[in-house]
Amino acid sequence: MDLRFTPEETAFRDEVRAFLRNHVSDAVRERLVEGEMVSREDYVTWARVLNDKGWGAPHWPAEHGGTGWGPMKQYIFLEELQKHPAPQPLAFGVNMVGPVIYTFGNDAQKKRFLPAILTLDDWWCQGFSEPGAGSDLASLKTKAVRDGDHYIVNGQKTWTTLAQYADWIFCLVRTNPDAKKQEGISFLLIDMETPGIEVRPIVTMDGGREINEVFLTDVRVPVENLVGEENRGWDYAKFLLGNERTNIARIGVSKQRLARIRELAAKEMSAGRPLIEDQRFREKIASVEIELKALELTQLRVVAADAKRGTTGKPDPASSYLKIKGSEIQQATTHLLMEVMGPYAMPDQGEPEEGWNEPPIGPGYGGQAAKSYFNNRKVSIYGGSNEIQKNIIAKAVLGL
Amino acid sequence: MDFDLSEEQSILKDSLGRLLAQEYGFDVRKKLLGSPEGWSAAMWSRYAEMGLMALPFAEADGGIGGGPVETMIVMEEIGRALTLEPYLTTVVIGGGFLRLGGSAAQKAEFIPDIADGSMKLAFAQVEKNSRYDLHHVETTAEKSGGDYVLTGAKGVVLHGDSADTLVVTARSAGGTRDRNGIGVFLVDATAPGVTRRGYATQDGHRAAEIAFDRVKVPADRVLGDPEDGLPLVEAVVDHAIAALAAEAVGAMERLHALTVEYMKTRKQFGVAIGQFQVLQHKAVDMYVALEQARSITLYATMMADSLDANERRRAMHAAKAEIGRGGRVVGENAIQLHGGVGMTAEYAAGHYFKRLAMIDLTFGDGDHHLARLAEAGGLFPAG
Ligand SMILES: Cc1cc2nc3c(=O)[nH]c(=O)nc-3n(C[C@H](O)[C@H](O)[C@H](O)COP(=O)(O)OP(=O)(O)OC[C@H]3O[C@@H](n4cnc5c(N)ncnc54)[C@H](O)[C@@H]3O)c2cc1C
Repeated sequence: MDLRFTPEETAFRDEVRAFLRNHVSDAVRERLVEGEMVSREDYVTWARVLNDKGWGAPHWPAEHGGTGWGPMKQYIFLEELQKHPAPQPLAFGVNMVGPVIYTFGNDAQKKRFLPAILTLDDWWCQGFSEPGAGSDLASLKTKAVRDGDHYIVNGQKTWTTLAQYADWIFCLVRTNPDAKKQEGISFLLIDMETPGIEVRPIVTMDGGREINEVFLTDVRVPVENLVGEENRGWDYAKFLLGNERTNIARIGVSKQRLARIRELAAKEMSAGRPLIEDQRFREKIASVEIELKALELTQLRVVAADAKRGTTGKPDPASSYLKIKGSEIQQATTHLLMEVMGPYAMPDQGEPEEGWNEPPIGPGYGGQAAKSYFNNRKVSIYGGSNEIQKNIIAKAVLGL
Repeated sequence: MDFDLSEEQSILKDSLGRLLAQEYGFDVRKKLLGSPEGWSAAMWSRYAEMGLMALPFAEADGGIGGGPVETMIVMEEIGRALTLEPYLTTVVIGGGFLRLGGSAAQKAEFIPDIADGSMKLAFAQVEKNSRYDLHHVETTAEKSGGDYVLTGAKGVVLHGDSADTLVVTARSAGGTRDRNGIGVFLVDATAPGVTRRGYATQDGHRAAEIAFDRVKVPADRVLGDPEDGLPLVEAVVDHAIAALAAEAVGAMERLHALTVEYMKTRKQFGVAIGQFQVLQHKAVDMYVALEQARSITLYATMMADSLDANERRRAMHAAKAEIGRGGRVVGENAIQLHGGVGMTAEYAAGHYFKRLAMIDLTFGDGDHHLARLAEAGGLFPAG
């Protein structure tokens, strides 16, 4: 047993660090440090920088333009991105639809879609959830009816992240209303330019513009945009959701935020001295750090096991564990950051991209702390809520 | 022991509850959030007509003679409806300074204007480095003849942008963190040398950054002893904490009710999500947190006028700590149990959650008060 990185892994980590230092602009890095959204353009620029380096899709096989890295390298890479911080590859393309396409899609689909995911020429969004189908995703109602060479799609998707930027949406649609609910679902790729698609923004409670409703009215989708077999979409969706194990706990994000908490707590004063000198506050930080260290090792156990036996592509209850604890830690760190800012967590700094050109209110850092706390309530809701994750563990691990 | 409201108190609760239910629905609040003022002058007049502004003042001063219980009743309704008007800052805090520290002449000058709704006040106390310490005061009050000259900067002055008069803490003697040497001054918000930058806070209230550049304050605008104002500040802030606790209870109660209603109507897997036992238990945790908050708020309310300042302070530390803790239990679970809907600005739950989070940061967060209570020996001292 040895819990250290091998020399090769350490060298790789240093290579990634150096690359990030040289290639992430200060402006983008600062936005991420402050917890602000990165623009579409910044995302695209960054995707191309990574792709030029051959690092656009850390966990794809090399034959599809990925790195061909094993699980440990993928993990190291993503953690370094999060710690730096740099934008991560857009999950909807790289982590979600890409692997579905190269695993279940046909050659034409691979050729058409995979390269554009890497360059972000195609921005993808995920059309799974519906107003009536959240945790109970299989009850989705959006239907696709075959009409010659097309499917005619009608229905509504919701909570669709960054649909306002998207060129394409991958949707779960009902193709057989008579089958058992999981068995009548298909996986369709839909061009957002198709007539009949309307995107309406949903503002989140922190004022963020990240989610949307997507209405589909008589949308004509060519049959060649069906992935795999008709009525097998649920299997592909399960593959997609279970595929994510190396990054789900977002260890690097929490590490970066903890570093930020220490940095700002050294600037903010309490009882006439820096807050970081307050023993009680330091204990609170340490307490979260303990949880994070343990989770990091759990994550590495999962990664190492994957490395040994090769990824199975099957859902693994370990993802549920990592998701629950990872989200709890992310939420704890955003709350701590808000506490650091104290009264100066209260001003609403407005949205910088809305032409806000006044100087910041207060000390000029940490202005998004409260918003991050509010916004991060989402991490225990999306991608399978923590209650659903616990149901999975109770059943699959504990046999209850 | 008697936990019941008197007949007058019940009438106050019912009539304000009815007014807000009719006139201050969530849609009204949402419209106000987008407006430059951020609150409703029309509702402010309605409150004045109802006598809410005159409520805590002695009858001899032109008030109605209500006490902490009446304030609690009003603040709970404010929390339930999540209103935006500057009641806490004007009546509870500004009014509190005049009630507890004003001279006869000052009371005669200010209270009638507060009572009829024509004057609004704000409390300029927080500074860049003060965090939650009331005695950390860098703003200076320099004596000049019988008058004072104020210089410094105050931040996150709640409703400081619309206030007519600012209650300002400033140092007339001693060092930055001395408990002595702090004066409390009534400053005309439009006086030369005062500059204000107003903004919205995370919960849709308003606040201001306020700079004082050699602002002249006449001798008759000093509240109490210019070199020993801290006891007055603490007494008023304690009233504010009891009032905020009541507001939090109102907000928690409404948020809990919203959540339980949602659990009964939202269906997944063919059943109302309220059927899932794990969610039932979470709703029960919220309920217990709410009732604990309600009880500690009653305790704080009863202690607000206590003549024993130490006992009073300990009660407020306890209340603020418990409200912080319980507010988080109710707020975070409410969002979680709503799923995606809870995350939206369209829906009320997030607004209650944000208000509860900001109440925690006002006059010291839960941890701050927990530490102070521990230092003060706790609530049940040995022997
Ligand atoms: C910010 C954000 C971004 C999102 N982005 C996307 C996206 O890009 N694409 C997409 O398709 N979806 C997206 N989602 C949707 C997300 O996956 C759903 O919100 C999630 O699946 C929960 O569904 P729901 O919101 O309908 O809540 P519900 O399913 O109605 O759940 C409400 C509550 O009930 C609980 N619950 C439900 N069933 C059970 C059960 N059986 N046992 C115990 N508790 C239960 C839940 O845990 C939750 O607490 C996003 C959501 C958010 C908040």
